[in-house]
Amino acid sequence: MSEFVQYLVNGFAQGSIYALIALGYTMVYGILKLINFAHGEFYMIGGFVGAFLLAKFGLPFWLVLILVMPIVGGLAVLVERIAYRPLRNAPRIAPLITAIGISIMLLEAMRLIAGAQPRAFPQPFEDVIYEVGEWIPSLDGVIVQRSQMMIFGIAIALMLVLNAIVMKTKIGRAMRALSMDFDASRLMGVAIDRVVAFTFLLGAGLAGAGGVLVGMYYNQIEPYMGQLAGLKAFTAAVLGGIGVIPGAVIGSFILSISEALVVGYSESSYRDAIAFAILIVVLMFRPWGILGKPERIKV
Amino acid sequence: MAKTTFKASHILSPLTLTASLFSSALALAAVPTLKVGIFLSMSGGTATFGTDTYGGMQVAIEEINKAGKIKIVPVLEDEKSEPTDSANAVKKLINVDKVNVVLGSVASSNTNAAAPIAQAAKVPLISPASTNVNVTKNGDYISRICFIDDFQGTSLAKFATEELKAKTAAVVTDSASDYSQGLAKSFKAEFEKRGGKIVAEVSYAAKDQDFSSQLTRIRTRNPSVIFAPGYYTEIGNMMRQAKRLKVKAPFLGGDGWSSSKLTELAGDGIEGHFYSAHFSHQDTDPKVQAFVTAYQAKFKSAPSDMAALGYDSVKFLADAFARNKFKTDGAGLKAAINSTANFSGVTGNITLDKDRNATKPLVIISTNKAGGSFKQRVQP
Amino acid sequence: MNYVLQITQLLGINIILAASLNVINGYCGLFSIGHAGFFAVGAYTSAAASVLWFPGLAASHPDLALLLVVGVGALSAALAGLVIGVPCLRLTGDYLAIATVGFGEIIRIVLLNLESVGASRGFPGIPLLTGARLPLWILFFTALSLLAMHRLIRSSTGRAIISVREDEIAAQSMGIDVRFYKIFAFVLGAFFAGLAGALFAHYSQFLHPSNFTFMNSVMILLMIVVGGLGSQIGAVLGAIVVTLLPEVLRFNETLSGIRMLIFGAIMVLVVLIKPQGLMGLFHRRKKVGVTAV
Repeated sequence: MSEFVQYLVNGFAQGSIYALIALGYTMVYGILKLINFAHGEFYMIGGFVGAFLLAKFGLPFWLVLILVMPIVGGLAVLVERIAYRPLRNAPRIAPLITAIGISIMLLEAMRLIAGAQPRAFPQPFEDVIYEVGEWIPSLDGVIVQRSQMMIFGIAIALMLVLNAIVMKTKIGRAMRALSMDFDASRLMGVAIDRVVAFTFLLGAGLAGAGGVLVGMYYNQIEPYMGQLAGLKAFTAAVLGGIGVIPGAVIGSFILSISEALVVGYSESSYRDAIAFAILIVVLMFRPWGILGKPERIKV
Repeated sequence: MAKTTFKASHILSPLTLTASLFSSALALAAVPTLKVGIFLSMSGGTATFGTDTYGGMQVAIEEINKAGKIKIVPVLEDEKSEPTDSANAVKKLINVDKVNVVLGSVASSNTNAAAPIAQAAKVPLISPASTNVNVTKNGDYISRICFIDDFQGTSLAKFATEELKAKTAAVVTDSASDYSQGLAKSFKAEFEKRGGKIVAEVSYAAKDQDFSSQLTRIRTRNPSVIFAPGYYTEIGNMMRQAKRLKVKAPFLGGDGWSSSKLTELAGDGIEGHFYSAHFSHQDTDPKVQAFVTAYQAKFKSAPSDMAALGYDSVKFLADAFARNKFKTDGAGLKAAINSTANFSGVTGNITLDKDRNATKPLVIISTNKAGGSFKQRVQP
Repeated sequence: MNYVLQITQLLGINIILAASLNVINGYCGLFSIGHAGFFAVGAYTSAAASVLWFPGLAASHPDLALLLVVGVGALSAALAGLVIGVPCLRLTGDYLAIATVGFGEIIRIVLLNLESVGASRGFPGIPLLTGARLPLWILFFTALSLLAMHRLIRSSTGRAIISVREDEIAAQSMGIDVRFYKIFAFVLGAFFAGLAGALFAHYSQFLHPSNFTFMNSVMILLMIVVGGLGSQIGAVLGAIVVTLLPEVLRFNETLSGIRMLIFGAIMVLVVLIKPQGLMGLFHRRKKVGVTAV
């Protein structure tokens, strides 16, 4: 029993991180119908920028987290301006290809700057272990790390902030309008470029925060970490319903807990297969995901 | 201007004189040359294996070339800790650089990928440090100067039961590594033969970073020792996470841990574990100390066992070259290599048996923040 | 000399690969980015044929063995194309792309766990069938594949495939069985990718699932994007550029290190500036629609 609960605990921590990445994917797709393949790289860059700020300036952790978000978000705005905006009216395959190209460029640039080897993420504070068995005897052996609680807490906090922005602000309303009907919104005078840029800023900012949190959790970052995490977060977004914000969160937790259970009870080498198996099953039977709505093709 | 009569002999005779002088000088100066292809992991997950081994090789090459009796021309290829790049590297060394002999690599999966190519091309390949038993099964052109995992696994099981008094063990293997799988197998066999019980078997994939699930599983089973025959990059991480998750049992591993990076990656989790290696720089044997001094002078740090094996592999090869009367033919070199007996190296006395493996002692190192201390020597 | 020979063989293999992807993406307009999966199926099944199922034949009659294993590879990959194509039928655009990535990755992960072909340790010891004649065989297969695909596209089957790309609904109303031709394109593309895979396995003599990742699929996509989508010659040109560029850059240490960065930049620039790729440089005014070159 406690083994199972431990896997759940680990799953919740990892799921929080996937959620922070998945939100960016889903927001951009919701508005632009674009799968930003480069999104995983923003997560990776967040980790590296965070490590740099911690090591070079010795700033407190909470400050680093706050600073990383606009830095990575700003980079995303730049990328959107250069590589995606010119192709807004091009066939869908075009921005898909540039996204892949940008992803490769970002990955390689970081690899050249920081080296391909994993490097240690500066330890910002002592991690504390809480033995759940002390309060709930039936769960003896279950351990919750303070870092796990922090990740979960920070991720939830960020998601609440995002929700507030999307639901309660003017620009949030514009984002929702664009995702419902792009052309109608444009006709109604919504400042497309500004809203799109803001969406990228938010999405990449969250992913960057995820990168800092994961660096703190595993004490390690490497240039390739964005690839797999990005693909999995994307799967989570599709599972929950791509374009639907709460869906990204639900999908992330379902995915991460499934992974933790599979790895715990069987072979670790199948961990990555879970994500893709889920992806295929979802796409075959319910491509619009758990919370999404089917698209109707009009002739 | 005065007219000078130009006679052919004016050119010819001084020319032939110079030519004959030159050629005789060259003949005297021409040393037997051996072109050696080297494939090692200079980058990637097991990068220190490559850089350390090559460091040792360079010390040996410099000593040999300076002595002047033969000349070794090395050609180095980085196999990036990947089996695919290992196969490509050896293909290139053999087909494009046309080397006489190939040295490498350290990780057994990488050597296993390249060995069939060398065997098919009839070019001798000597591995300095690949311990998985299958490596030399690729054919008679493949040999190694280190011990094999049958011996390593058995010795570690003996250490676990006799020294650590362990009755139960958990086994954690790297599913992507021939070495890890093979070593785990021989450990398990001997451990169970001695009455021990394996209470958990988990695995991870190379490049994995999160071991919380595996460690959780191990913690619930509560073994006396955790046998983790993997490579230093993952093991270092695992140790750090194990400490955080309050996993109490010590880790036990093989020569795959042998790297200065292990201490760095494990952080606080480095204390109290044990692993087997080919060599300890604390060995007081004068030959060993001479090598340690030479290595330290060049690289400003103590040599690891990989460096020592690199050094020995080159000297071993030079010795075989001499016994083949300095001829560079593949078949002759192969015969000379395979018949080596009692070659005295810094990692011990090397004699190749009929399977082209070496029977040598191993050392057990205990881990600590200072980089490890010598604990015990185990004779074959 | 040998170096040039190595590169030429790889070039032949990549040309077949690029042309095969062009059938699916370029002619049929289906956005498939899991092509490395078909390449992998062809490579691994043909290697299994040479090493595990017919080792005797490989030793005694290498030419015959090569034909056999290439057939095995191509047909297995075609089967994979069928298995993947059918479920993908009802997916459009982005969803199709994602699904193909997923399938490509699943193939890779299955191979990573399949003990009989070495799992994560790789598949070593694949014989260099026909030895010195292999380059000639590769040349033969490259020419054969290009010719076959060319003839096919010129036929009515080919025109049907292209019509699916142009306007699926219009084609359906004209009586073209869209579902059939989509699957046909998949199977055809997979067949030739498998053929290339079989040649690759015996050229490289070692296989590892890491040769067949999403990145590899992206490289194949890069070849046809650079060359010009929907053009056979474009696929060939793109394959040549993408294969030779790293070799050319190899001579300069720094440039070689930033090779992948350059590739990424090329992808972005080609789409932004010259979406018709290299072929766009030759076609002054492109006819809207069929580019069956």
